[in-house]
Amino acid sequence: MRNVLLIARRELASYLRTMSGYVIIAVMLFIDGLLFNAFAVPGTAKKSSEVLADFFTMTSGITMVGAVFLSMRLIAEERQTGTISLLYSSPLHDVEIVLGKFFAALGFLFVFFASTLYMPALVAAYGKISLGHVFAGYLGLTLVGAASLAIGAFGSSLTKSQVVAAVLSGVMCLALTTCWLLTKVTDRPLTEIVTQLAWWSHFDAFRTGLVHVKHVTYFGLVTFLALFAATRVLEARRWR
Amino acid sequence: MIQVEGLTKYYGERAAIRDLSFTIEKGEVIGFLGLNGAGKSTTLKVLGCVLLPTSGKVLIDGYDVAKDPHEIRKRIGFLPDAPPLYDEMTVEGYLRFVAELRGVTTADVPARVADVMKKTSITDRKDDVIGSLSHGYRQRVGVAQAMVHNPRLLILDEPTGGLDPVQIVEMRELIRALKGEHTVLVSSHILSEISQICDRYLVIQQGEIIARGTEEDLSKLLGGAGVVEIDIKGPAQVAVEALKKVPGVKDVTVARLDDRLASLRVDTAEDVRGELVRALVQADIWVLRIDRGATRLENIFLKLTHGKEAA
Repeated sequence: MRNVLLIARRELASYLRTMSGYVIIAVMLFIDGLLFNAFAVPGTAKKSSEVLADFFTMTSGITMVGAVFLSMRLIAEERQTGTISLLYSSPLHDVEIVLGKFFAALGFLFVFFASTLYMPALVAAYGKISLGHVFAGYLGLTLVGAASLAIGAFGSSLTKSQVVAAVLSGVMCLALTTCWLLTKVTDRPLTEIVTQLAWWSHFDAFRTGLVHVKHVTYFGLVTFLALFAATRVLEARRWR
Repeated sequence: MIQVEGLTKYYGERAAIRDLSFTIEKGEVIGFLGLNGAGKSTTLKVLGCVLLPTSGKVLIDGYDVAKDPHEIRKRIGFLPDAPPLYDEMTVEGYLRFVAELRGVTTADVPARVADVMKKTSITDRKDDVIGSLSHGYRQRVGVAQAMVHNPRLLILDEPTGGLDPVQIVEMRELIRALKGEHTVLVSSHILSEISQICDRYLVIQQGEIIARGTEEDLSKLLGGAGVVEIDIKGPAQVAVEALKKVPGVKDVTVARLDDRLASLRVDTAEDVRGELVRALVQADIWVLRIDRGATRLENIFLKLTHGKEAA
């Protein structure tokens, strides 16, 4: 645990000390604000809860894309600069390296979440929303973020190049987004499975203020599998 | 301390090292010599627990790299060929991080970090961001990170790589100072850079050890104590005649002749520098310089590696 915290602390400090993290978050906030203004804020009369739900929908997409960019450096950069040798030759378990990096990225993603709070606050100022809805929405965003960062960490473990890592993770996230399209050519029970694989069908409850264990489990499982895969890749690298 | 038996490492189809076996005793400084691509870095990476061997046994302090890598990692300090530095950290912050990572207790960290910064002469740059350091300083921070947890075994892969002559001398002094306290394994492809600091050498070529032993052993292996270079003032022919009469001299050649100054190369079977000077002085020749060929180990190495290729 101490090692996970050590790695996470250094990684988070690195996000805070270098420009790239801030730039990614600034772009995310800019697009999020733009979309909020253009689509969530209504020209016509709309319930506050609907505005909030739309806000969460947009922010979830941006979170996923942003997470891919935030996580692309996690392991790829270590391999590119050779600092992975330091971690490999230190008394660390590979899972500690992966977890430390994952939590650091998640911590930095919270900076983004915190910066978006003004939008629900605006909705609250001009309408009426429940705190529970806001909480459920942000829990959903955190889960989407965690799953995407985990996939990003896995993509980042596969290559030395951050660009390739981002492309790989992006493709994996895109697959989880668009796999429902397969329902058009599949029969039951495959249709059911493919539908349940798409992340947004699980996010739908959160955006409207509902927390279901099965949806939490889905994101937890994706996160776990991706982090597990990243750990195995890191272990396998020692053989080549 | 280190026991390596039949170590083999394949990268895909290609064997980077093949059936290496050697042992290293506690407190020794071992020079690991080889051309680029000979398999030095791969061997050191296996010893540093960065890579796992394809086959063979590597025991460090009685622990197996494949079974107890954790125990080994606590006991070693590893400097890869490119120092593993985080550019955005300060020197002190980075060394603190590495110390904690390698299991130094929180209470001991400041003292350990201060100690290695002093030993590697980087204390004055402790608040600098690593990305702003020159190559020499980066290399020193690299050595500092390898020894911050006071490991028993230090593995330094080309610590003198890319340094200027003054920095090379400083790095050699640093490694020499580590002797006794630590077992040190240092690699290089430029032999004069490590020729005076090692107790023993392992020469590796195409993934195999082709020679081992002290500098003396290696030169004996090639039949001869090597070359002595002498600069003289006086008639070169007289000097050559005088030197040839000294017992133990096999051959004398004039390397350079310039008016009354000459450089001679004397092939000797043993160290007879004293007799050589006496002979020259008695022949009324001025001796301006005498040296056991500065590139001595280099010659040995070239002969060894080229001989291998020819065979």
